[in-house]
Amino acid sequence: MIIETIVFYVLAVVTVAAGVMVIAARNPVQSVLFLILAFFNSAGLFVLMGAEFLAMILVIVYVGAVAVLFLFVVMMLNINYSELRAGFLQYLPLGAIVGAILLAELILVFATGAIDIHVPEVVAVATPPADEVSNTRALGNILYTRYAYLFQGAGFILLVAMVGAIVLTHRRRVGVRRQKIADQVARDSKTAVVLKDIKPGEEGSWKSD
Amino acid sequence: MAESNFWLDYILPLLLIVGYILAIVVPILLVVAVVAYGERKIWAAMQFRKGPNVVGPLGLFQPLADGLKMMIKETIIPTGANRILFLMAPMIMFTLGLIGWAVIPFDTHLVLADINVGILYLFAVSSLGVYGIIIAGWASNSKYGFLGAMRSAAQMVSYEVSIGFVLVTVMLAAGSLNLSAIVEAQKGLWFFIPLAPMFIIYFISALAETNRTPFDLPEAEGELVAGYQVEYSAMTWVLFMLAEYANIVLLSGLSVVLFLGGWLPPFHVEPFTWIPGIVWFIAKTAFMIFLFTWVRATLPRYRYDQLMRLGWKVFLPASLAWVVITAGAMHLFGWMPQ
Repeated sequence: MIIETIVFYVLAVVTVAAGVMVIAARNPVQSVLFLILAFFNSAGLFVLMGAEFLAMILVIVYVGAVAVLFLFVVMMLNINYSELRAGFLQYLPLGAIVGAILLAELILVFATGAIDIHVPEVVAVATPPADEVSNTRALGNILYTRYAYLFQGAGFILLVAMVGAIVLTHRRRVGVRRQKIADQVARDSKTAVVLKDIKPGEEGSWKSD
Repeated sequence: MAESNFWLDYILPLLLIVGYILAIVVPILLVVAVVAYGERKIWAAMQFRKGPNVVGPLGLFQPLADGLKMMIKETIIPTGANRILFLMAPMIMFTLGLIGWAVIPFDTHLVLADINVGILYLFAVSSLGVYGIIIAGWASNSKYGFLGAMRSAAQMVSYEVSIGFVLVTVMLAAGSLNLSAIVEAQKGLWFFIPLAPMFIIYFISALAETNRTPFDLPEAEGELVAGYQVEYSAMTWVLFMLAEYANIVLLSGLSVVLFLGGWLPPFHVEPFTWIPGIVWFIAKTAFMIFLFTWVRATLPRYRYDQLMRLGWKVFLPASLAWVVITAGAMHLFGWMPQ
């Protein structure tokens, strides 16, 4: 038990510290790398809770795919760091107001007893008992039965977003010679080679027609 | 808590685990050295050459000689490079090549961590490999390195999608995410027979994931010098090489577990069942590594747009369709494992 507590505090402290570094790091590439560190430690926290499926999905989706694309974009962009810093004071009041509202909401929810923070312990445990049913199976059982429509809906929203992004960026350029592999494979000596008998002094065209 | 209890409860298991890890990692590193040598010998045989034959009998000590040479070379860190990230990248690559072995079952119950989501763990590990390359390319402050890193990021992200769908069909067929259970599910029939198209997609995607020919565009020496490795020398470069071979061995081992029945013998009759499971596992893995080598000796490099076309326009629809077909067939004929 003591080891688990130590591990929890190490992971939690590193997660929070990495989160702070994401906004404090001077170089955006380093920000993304700290973000990845935060993801990893959150995955570790999930494992500690016994939610191994969520932990692995977090690493696969966020670290393996999303953060790679972040890194990709951030490395490609030529960002002027001092220009980014310049607006800091200007936006500070707005940011402080948003933060204060969020803090007030949290205080209202927890301190006034609108939500009993002990409810989850009574109603349901976060994870089913590991020896009865595996984590993945339990998640699948609930996602594809009770939340089937919500799950499908979420999938459709993502699909629409993806199609939208493709529609916005895709343009058909004229005058581009594309490789058509099926055509290349279908060619044989009869269609690819043309024999022309050109008489001396006569103008010939090398084109097939 | 008594002090003796502390030793028994924490220190002893810790030492045991360290022992297990050494028992896996040391043979893996030996295998990596043998693969590096064997690969050159196989290419040589395929190209009517002799290959390494000077150091030791049949050139067997060539990897040792190479290692020694690289060790006494100078590690150069380019000016303008991000020192920490520059040195971290090869370590990330090498570590990722090794940690995947934690969940690979070598025989019945012969596995370090028999976790429920073993297949997802391996998928996660293989999807992290791209970081070593991106960080290496960016931190070296070199245009060739950066171009290689960009290519590799696009390539590995593309082929991961189809690998993911291949893993989904295997999970469907086995009814579990645990690698030992997946092997046990192949007692009747190895999965490469019913899932033959997926096995082919998996193998080709694995070539792309490990950046091997015909997909070695990130290091394409003809155009990018050596891509992301261009600024690396001595031991940092050795780590990249070791990581590449460790990854090949890992993905070969994974394909054996997923499609070739892991430690199971081909037939459950007398002469085959006498041979212990781990021998079967090693033999099958060696065969897969040979396939990797064979491909590299045979095929030329893909063009970049062809690579992208194959990943997104051929493999993605094909693997997606095969997931639907597999699920549909299993539901229709009642083959769902329980």
